Amino acid sequence: MIEVRNIRKGFAGKVVIDKVSATFDTGKCNLIIGSSGSGKTVLMKCVVGLFEPDEGDILYDGLNFTGMDQQNRKIMRQQIGMLFQGSALFDSMTVEENVIFPLDMFSAMSYKDKKKRVREVLDRVNLQGADKKYPAEISGGMKKRVGIARAIVLNPKYLFCDEPNSGLDPQTSLVIDKLIQELTVDFNITTVINTHDMNSVMEIGDKIVYMYQGLKEWEGSKQEIIFSKNERLNKFIFASNFLQDAKDMRMLEMKGKIDNDRDMDQLLNT
Amino acid sequence: MNFFTHLGRFILLIKGMFSKPENLRMYWKELMHQCSEIGIGSLGIVAIISVFIGAVSTVQTAYQLVSPVIPKSTIAQIVRDTVILEFAPTLTCIVLAGVVGSKIASELGNMRVSEQIDALEIMGINTKAYLVFPKILAALIVVPMLVVISAVLGIWGGRFAGSMANIISPDTFDKGLLLAWMPFNAKFALIKAYTFAFIISSIPAYYGYNVQGGALEIGRSSTQSVVTSCIMILFADYLLAAILL
Repeated sequence: MIEVRNIRKGFAGKVVIDKVSATFDTGKCNLIIGSSGSGKTVLMKCVVGLFEPDEGDILYDGLNFTGMDQQNRKIMRQQIGMLFQGSALFDSMTVEENVIFPLDMFSAMSYKDKKKRVREVLDRVNLQGADKKYPAEISGGMKKRVGIARAIVLNPKYLFCDEPNSGLDPQTSLVIDKLIQELTVDFNITTVINTHDMNSVMEIGDKIVYMYQGLKEWEGSKQEIIFSKNERLNKFIFASNFLQDAKDMRMLEMKGKIDNDRDMDQLLNT
Repeated sequence: MNFFTHLGRFILLIKGMFSKPENLRMYWKELMHQCSEIGIGSLGIVAIISVFIGAVSTVQTAYQLVSPVIPKSTIAQIVRDTVILEFAPTLTCIVLAGVVGSKIASELGNMRVSEQIDALEIMGINTKAYLVFPKILAALIVVPMLVVISAVLGIWGGRFAGSMANIISPDTFDKGLLLAWMPFNAKFALIKAYTFAFIISSIPAYYGYNVQGGALEIGRSSTQSVVTSCIMILFADYLLAAILL
């Protein structure tokens, strides 16, 4: 479990996030959502240690990450995997070299075992036949898979994903979401996902933190989001008429007022 | 940002490079890669420039030495000293500031902008030590070698041009090379080479490592790093000459 306590971070005198507290549960997909500029990326970068918070504490399974010295942070970071928005693959390395890199750096495994482990994680993310290709030669969805493979190759306890669906078509987004969810459950990882993709929220949002103008506005599950009366959250999540209608239908379904297996032809004809 | 802010951040970058490597073998691999990139990658341009600089020096020196009382071997002496003292270290390093400096700045800048540096940090790697230190160390290893090669090729170019243009025979040129030779000149050239090697690797690394923004900023930082490196080379050149000669 990751616990964030009263985090505050500002740049050049301007406070970007303030008094943000949240817990991210183990074995679940914890989502940070919010519109652009709401501070979700800054919050995630504070949690992983890329930004130093001005105030507050971050605890990884009870260990205070903000108070750690550099050496202990280095050790802790080997338990963290991160998928970046643009995948952040090393351009000069092939897919295989990208994934083997953390093993080369931190593992005492033999070359044969490393290759075997790389094959395992690439198979796990359903990526075959791309080992010798460079990042420039593969699609956006494949890059995300390689990014995930690299993030999990050292068996991390914590996985962070910064907008994993950005730049992907809806179908590929769904595949990536499902993959992250499966990995989270299979390996009992604490996964934190930064997103503003509503499909992700409704598909894999075990726990959701909604950020608004640098403050935590709402926290709950994907079931609770449907019935939430928070006006800002509703405006953000169900921004279009289509999504609003979908929400209404879902509420009626959940209340048992309409049949989940309704005959759409009949509905359209009446 | 003012000069002192840049200076402070530069010093912090250099200080941050010195930490225990996470994996010595990987650092060695990166060092060798950088030696190859900087050394082998620049060898061609250094060779071409050096030969022509030496050739032009011979022709122009002969053009200016019109007095019949000055022996022709003096041309070789002048070419030797100008090439070793100035052309090989300074001109080579100014060219390398463009070739190597822009490459370092744009490589690190691209890694910063595409979050590759963040990805390394997340893994627990000291990026200053892993990305910047091997570049500076590689430059300190290979740039003096390139300067020595440049000096040899420059003198050879001068000898060849003198012979081809019937200005000075190869024998006379060789005799002139041995006249009034001061070994300190070679030492001085190497001192310059080490100083300039540090400048042409560390300044672009600083600019590239601290890029913020996108592709436009990478280009800007690359240009800025080359300009700053060239100015610093000329400044250091004068300073070393004033102190050591």
